[in-house]
Amino acid sequence: MTQAQMQHLSAKAREVRINTLKSIGHLGIGHVGGALSIVEVLTYLYYDAMTVHPDTPRHPDRDRLVLSKGHAGPALYSILAMKGFFPMEWLYTLNVGGTRLPSHCDRNLTPGIDMTTGSLGQGLSAAVGIALACRMDKRKSTVYAIIGDGESQEGQVWEAAMTAPMFKLDNLIAFTDFNKMQIDGKTADIMNIEKLEAKWSAFGWHTQRINGHDFAELDKAVAAAREASGTPSMIILDTIKGKGCPAAENKVSSHNMPLSADDLEEALSALTAAEGDA
Amino acid sequence: MGKDMRDVYTETLIELAEKDDRICVLEADLMNATGTRPFSQRFPERTFDVGVSEADMVGTASGLSAEGKIPFAASFSTFASRRVFDQFFLSANYARLNVKLVGTDPGITATYNGGTHMSFEDVGMMRLIPDLTIVEPSDIVSCAALVKAVARHSGCVYLRMHRKGSQELYPADTEFTLGKGCVLRDGTDVTLIASGFVMVPEALRAAELLEKSGISAAVIDMHTIKPLDAELVVAYAKKTGAIVTCENHQTAGGLGGAVAELLAEEHPTRMGRIGSQERFGQVGTFEYLLNDYRMDAVSIAEKAENVIKRR
Ligand SMILES: Cc1ncc(C[n+]2csc(CCOP(=O)(O)OP(=O)(O)O)c2C)c(N)n1
Ligand SMILES: [Mg+2]
Repeated sequence: MTQAQMQHLSAKAREVRINTLKSIGHLGIGHVGGALSIVEVLTYLYYDAMTVHPDTPRHPDRDRLVLSKGHAGPALYSILAMKGFFPMEWLYTLNVGGTRLPSHCDRNLTPGIDMTTGSLGQGLSAAVGIALACRMDKRKSTVYAIIGDGESQEGQVWEAAMTAPMFKLDNLIAFTDFNKMQIDGKTADIMNIEKLEAKWSAFGWHTQRINGHDFAELDKAVAAAREASGTPSMIILDTIKGKGCPAAENKVSSHNMPLSADDLEEALSALTAAEGDA
Repeated sequence: MGKDMRDVYTETLIELAEKDDRICVLEADLMNATGTRPFSQRFPERTFDVGVSEADMVGTASGLSAEGKIPFAASFSTFASRRVFDQFFLSANYARLNVKLVGTDPGITATYNGGTHMSFEDVGMMRLIPDLTIVEPSDIVSCAALVKAVARHSGCVYLRMHRKGSQELYPADTEFTLGKGCVLRDGTDVTLIASGFVMVPEALRAAELLEKSGISAAVIDMHTIKPLDAELVVAYAKKTGAIVTCENHQTAGGLGGAVAELLAEEHPTRMGRIGSQERFGQVGTFEYLLNDYRMDAVSIAEKAENVIKRR
């Protein structure tokens, strides 16, 4: 990945953070932490890795994404709006009665959303089904899925973890957003999910662990995942919950938090200052 | 405003646990939501937060119960019903154990969490489990009393519990009995049978609206949906000749279904049902949802007038 590409992605990621925070800030409350920890992976997918068609969101040859930690919807909505799937103004309708942008991802309401999620633990199985269907239909599509670290405590995740290698789904690339936090506390204190790499490897997945905020590492890892043949891939992302928003960053309380005008202002100026540095 | 419902729930559990070392609490990464952190601080050795794994939580609660403990296990009502139904059905109920399953944020109170989190079917599912007791307190006074009754009751219970906000519909020290509804207001023309924190006050407001139109409406707080207080329902069906059920749930399968089934066999009576009509949940503010699902006092009053006219 060239320096220019990296800079382009960093600029996009900043824009995604700003739009996500404005959207949640407009409503006044939302899942800030888990939305901000996946900004880089989403940015990398939608501005580099994935083939998508904003004018024909259900284009059969598109790549798919299942955002299994569906409460992070607002981050994905920001990107979809920036990509032109729907008008930017929609971002200010988050959770308003009758909205097309509900807190948790809904495939029937929002153009560009491939699967309905929000009940944790279900998305990876759905991604397995989508990957199986793509293979039946002989599509070149890659199916991506993003699960949470707290979400990884659901038993169904590990059922899907057995299914995907069994069916040799090498068109499936999953990410774990390992931000080390869930609602009640730190993941290590509530229900430890380590050793996570060893677990996924033992289940038969091509497994990597990287800094989830680093585009060069994302690029390398996704390339390696694509190379892996005959097995699905898990890329564990070490991330920081609430990254880029001082009121939220690295705080358990950022999970579903009120975002005041002051918090928003502070975050926007921090993000703008970071832009100057880059 | 007084204490939140969840504070009352937790304080009551602490009070019970001080005297009974069998009481324990299980959570699935929603301890902050259920509000049981003070319990965990007082009784760390009797609190088990299993992370985001509700089915495991209910299985674990069943095992605790098999050894004589009295577990109170909680999650959002969607997950405490749909997600764990088989575990609760078999490991807890069919095994004839003593598990108290608590479902919070019922129906439209899920507001911004939206359709994935909006339980309009939990009571209907739970009603299908033989011998299960289903309780939904309407205020902090009944909450404290009913949580104690639930703990005393030998057998599984589904406690549908509103958590945020406070209201007092009863004088302190009112006595409550599982399976016995409370007449909050007497009347002669129609009976509004309601359950829970949202619908009981809505029914009371509807009764006031009806009074202005010269209609005398009785209001019953049916805090125990199963076993249903058949005697009271039939008595008021005879007395008023018209019934409207009010629930923060689908009109099928829950309180409305229970009352309709009973009356069809015991005393056929004109009836209307307020609740979500064959619809899924969605995001929105509480007021938006209350109006959109026509669960508000005006809709209840209109329904009551229509039911009366059908005579
Ligand atoms: C089945 C289910 N149980 C509980 C919840 C409530 N809930 C929403 S997010 C969350 C914590 C998730 O933690 P994690 O996966 O680490 O999310 P992140 O840190 O990425 O926000 C919980 C318990 C849910 N949405 N689904
Ligand atoms: Mg997390």
